[in-house]
Amino acid sequence: MREKTNERHRVSVDFIACRGHGMCADFLPENFRLDEWGYPIVKDDTLAPGRLRDAKRAALLCPELALKIEKVKEKAGSAQAGS
Amino acid sequence: METHPESRVDPRDWAVSVAPGLTPRLLADLPGAGGSRTLAEHRTLYPEPPRVRKDGDPRLIEEVERAGVTGRGGANFPAYLKWKVVASGRRRPMVVVNGSEGEPASGKDALLMSRVPHLIIDGAIFAAAAIGAERIFICVGGHSASAVAGIERALAERRASEDPGIPIEVRIVPDRYVAGEERSLVHMINGGPAIPTSMPPRPFERGVKRRPTLIHNAETLAHVTTIMANGTDWYRSTGTPAEPGTRLVSLSGALPRPVICEVGAGASLREVFEANGGDHSLVSGVLIGGNFGTWLSPQDAFDAQLSVASLKPTGASPGCGVLFFLPSDVCGVAAVAEIASWYSRESAGQCGPCVFGVEAIATAMHAVDSTSGADRMLTRLDRLTSEIRGRGGCKFPDGAAQMVRSGLAVFADEVRLHRAGHCTTRQMSEVAV
Repeated sequence: MREKTNERHRVSVDFIACRGHGMCADFLPENFRLDEWGYPIVKDDTLAPGRLRDAKRAALLCPELALKIEKVKEKAGSAQAGS
Repeated sequence: METHPESRVDPRDWAVSVAPGLTPRLLADLPGAGGSRTLAEHRTLYPEPPRVRKDGDPRLIEEVERAGVTGRGGANFPAYLKWKVVASGRRRPMVVVNGSEGEPASGKDALLMSRVPHLIIDGAIFAAAAIGAERIFICVGGHSASAVAGIERALAERRASEDPGIPIEVRIVPDRYVAGEERSLVHMINGGPAIPTSMPPRPFERGVKRRPTLIHNAETLAHVTTIMANGTDWYRSTGTPAEPGTRLVSLSGALPRPVICEVGAGASLREVFEANGGDHSLVSGVLIGGNFGTWLSPQDAFDAQLSVASLKPTGASPGCGVLFFLPSDVCGVAAVAEIASWYSRESAGQCGPCVFGVEAIATAMHAVDSTSGADRMLTRLDRLTSEIRGRGGCKFPDGAAQMVRSGLAVFADEVRLHRAGHCTTRQMSEVAV
């Protein structure tokens, strides 16, 4: 998939799946750093332009498939139900 | 320890009371300990819900919208919004009653399930009738034998005399805090362990058997039953316009005995505390919302009302209605550390930041003293509690951070004593000797 210039993407981690392999921080150091146990901390959840390729590579190489990439929708906000 | 929120109060040991000037609703004519209102008695007060049909009944949703019922499990979310979104799904929805009550210092849901179970069951049937649900699952916290017995006895009574037009099943929830999380309940009903699953999907989109699933706290559904019997104007005649009706609060700590009190939303916290025999000069901090809540200084707490709006500037929320009053002769730092240890034990063990981070927070919290280097521990706690936020599959680690951060702020004087090598309790024992 080619990165379109007018699209923005957001990265996030599925912490239930994550086992701290650190692929995300290796490929996207501007978005992630690791805590003292090797689990990612999201520094910035928005991908800089031109970084989608590396993000996709990191997502593919994450052994737990815990790195999520999401296209930012133009219309923000959806209903969230609590408990 | 009697004063600590970590230990559960036996359901029979909760006293029951009503806020001054309030006509009780959920607790009106409540059967005494060991008793339970029968279906026949219940029907003299509340009408039989309509039979559940698959098309649902939007008028019931409108009724709940006009009443303005909000969730009593902790999030205070408007009930009708959940009903609407679940009813609008393509597939036939499910209803789940959350009576897990994982907060150790909460007793209200077990009280209702054991003594007035039909209030909850009727509420679940009204909700099912509104949204056209296929099945109801009542999830009861396994820690309360009387709640389990109350619900099972009530369902047996119904099978003999009423047909709600919908199957109702009971599920026992393991005694672990995160087991009561919405996705944990869905996971458990679907045959898995009672631990949270990854999002999306959220249960209201796809939950039990992949159907849109309406999940409500047990008390919330009991309010629905009273509204269907008495109308929305009656419901709104107490509380505040934004938060109408009553709520049940569980008070413990610096009180003659733990008590479950029905109050109007917006009642003065000081009045509720004093009416139940509390002396505000003997309290050094108030934990609002339970272990998953926020510590407030006595001044902030006693000036506040029990509403979302009034508590918002303090950073707290009524949550599930737990109010724990720390007696001033008990060390606040030790109390925060013990609840941090509770968090460490209760983690589902799924997410790295929670498994390691919460344990590290508890360890550091126990080491806030002069021998371990209090300043180093406080710096570490500041970092750990800010780093952990938003880094779990559920909000559990965020709760640990909020409880510890608010506790360190409220017990700042006690923290200063610890840095100098002292402690309130130690000083007390020295005085006693």
